[in-house]
Amino acid sequence: MKKGKVTGAKAIVKALEAQGVELIFGYPGGANLPFYDEMARAPFRHILARHEQGAAHMADAYARATGKVGVCTATSGPGATNLVTGIATAFMDSSAVVAITGQVSRHLIGNDAFQEVDTTGITIPITKHNYLVQDGDELSRTVAEAFYLAGSARPGPVLIDVPKDVLLAECTPGGPEPPQLEGYRPTLKGHPGQIKRAAAVIKAAERPVIIVGGGIRTQASYDALIALAERNQIPVVSTLMGKGGFPNSHPLYLGLYGYHGRVAANTAITNADVIIGVATRFGDRSTGSTLHFAPQAKVVHMDIDPAEVGKNIEVLIPIVGDANHILGELVEQLPGASHTGWAARLQEKAKAHPLADLSGEVTIPKVLRALKNRCPDPILVTDVGRHQIFAAHYLPVDSCRSFLTSGGLGTMGFGLPAAIGAKLGRPDRQVVAVCGDGGFLMTCQELVTAAVENVPILALVMHDNCLGMIRQLQHAFYGKRFVSCELGDAVDFARLAESMGCLGITVAREDEIGPALSRALESGRPAVLDCRIDAPANVYPMVTGATLMDYIE
Amino acid sequence: MTQKHTISILCNDTPGVLTRISGLFSRRGFNIESLSVGNTEVKGKSRFTIVVQGDERVLEQVRKQLQKLIHVIKVWDIKAETAIEREHALIKVDVQHGRKGELLQIITAVGGRIISSFGNLWTLEVTGDPGQVDNALNLFRDYNIVETIRTGRIALER
Repeated sequence: MKKGKVTGAKAIVKALEAQGVELIFGYPGGANLPFYDEMARAPFRHILARHEQGAAHMADAYARATGKVGVCTATSGPGATNLVTGIATAFMDSSAVVAITGQVSRHLIGNDAFQEVDTTGITIPITKHNYLVQDGDELSRTVAEAFYLAGSARPGPVLIDVPKDVLLAECTPGGPEPPQLEGYRPTLKGHPGQIKRAAAVIKAAERPVIIVGGGIRTQASYDALIALAERNQIPVVSTLMGKGGFPNSHPLYLGLYGYHGRVAANTAITNADVIIGVATRFGDRSTGSTLHFAPQAKVVHMDIDPAEVGKNIEVLIPIVGDANHILGELVEQLPGASHTGWAARLQEKAKAHPLADLSGEVTIPKVLRALKNRCPDPILVTDVGRHQIFAAHYLPVDSCRSFLTSGGLGTMGFGLPAAIGAKLGRPDRQVVAVCGDGGFLMTCQELVTAAVENVPILALVMHDNCLGMIRQLQHAFYGKRFVSCELGDAVDFARLAESMGCLGITVAREDEIGPALSRALESGRPAVLDCRIDAPANVYPMVTGATLMDYIE
Repeated sequence: MTQKHTISILCNDTPGVLTRISGLFSRRGFNIESLSVGNTEVKGKSRFTIVVQGDERVLEQVRKQLQKLIHVIKVWDIKAETAIEREHALIKVDVQHGRKGELLQIITAVGGRIISSFGNLWTLEVTGDPGQVDNALNLFRDYNIVETIRTGRIALER
């Protein structure tokens, strides 16, 4: 190798090093082996997942929990297609992930070579941007650009596809040049005129409501939102993604709104005269029919992505920019209007519609409440389904970046690998995954990753032998014809966990819940609680009609 | 109100940029009525002219979603009043059964040209704004058309 030259694989490793990468999640294969060979000498740690989807979820959750960029890697063909679900999950929830995939050598591309698939073609709709690197000299710049794109403005996954011969070829590693992207100039500061107009509308409001979405991810914006709500006594509702964006125990917090929203939260939206949408995209699971959404409200919508403003609902005052900046300015301009009467009425409404306490030996609410007693401030990760909504309602989360869920794509199987990624990013925090038995089985092999890499997460499997959300939908909308939602009772999750090197505990009686949680949390090992839920129980409230006020409680 | 809009896109001339742009239209359910693409005066940059059907809100989403593509540098909405728009059509006509004189008159009237004659087959070309090309094709319809082809619209602001 000539002086000053390195292999493409080495150039990538150096570029990742320059980005301060500490961890990379992945799975090797023929086309990315040169990269793995070079990683043996890299200063960062590689976590071998047991399926590429797991690697992608780990990188995604690492990013969500830390605010850094998560990195995953897979080989060409099936390696890349297995990443796809994880990349799409990250895309829908705007998570900063860089995925590096191996590709067949350049002379084979387009020939249907072994393990060849058009990875960049497949991932265009589910990435913020992607690259097929045909020239090794481009690698360093591409990695730097990918990190910048993934982590800035509205974050999202960026994929870099690298043919095997480019990984092996000599190239010149680039210096840390700043990326020059003519077509990417995000607006970070809100327009002062728009902020002023928004302040005037909020000041004049009698029944204002803040909707917090998934975009509140920095401590500064979290604090600014609290300041805005407190000083002006504005009630706050959240989307599922926004649950971690405002302290849930705060008296102004009314809980989730939308399809599975709390009655007080949906009442607030329906009667509001001004809605302040903060880093939310007014998704269909929240708004329901947009024709009937917030009929009396003027909408102030702040988001960093201009395409989200006005996409789903009519907006009176759009403000494009970083919520941190806009909220800060609004706090300055709104030092203390008072809407106490309105907030108090909604708090009364909330008291009148408490969450149901389900009767039975082992129920999901009982397990969740016991968890809260023993583990007051965890990073809470969920899988997707009925338990996810239970977790969102029954477990208050009171710190920033502490509720990780697949809100946009609704990816079953997200929970366990996401918990592993989050724990590796935040070893100082307790990380608890709340899963259903259906979703847990989709990625349960990652228990091996947790055991081998010694990642002490706690997974609570709400084991009710059925696909709960499917069953609930069939109960409500398909004449109680329960088709293909019964899972049978073949699985013993405690023994499954033990067989994969983790601690497994069965919880079948109410008096076992607390001791099992304590034992798992104190073990210092990855642990699974097989919570034998008595009987499938529906999660309410649930909107069944055209408006958010047509609900079953 | 649903109507046709002409959008001009300045973007990097890199492999896959056509896929990124056309894929965005199809996956978001925007209808492309016509699309044409070519080089510009700046090396490494292409310009797309896309005619899209939709109301103001659809148009705004199209613009914003296009702007999110990293290779897209600028997106304009070209207003009909200030636009210069051109399409180009080739028309192959079988002239065996006479009426050549009449046809020649029409060709002259619409500002067309005969660019090839091969036996009984004449190939004509017409250039103009979309209305003029429509008009020419209508007038030729009375003759024995064998095949036609028409480019997408290209447009610049005055």
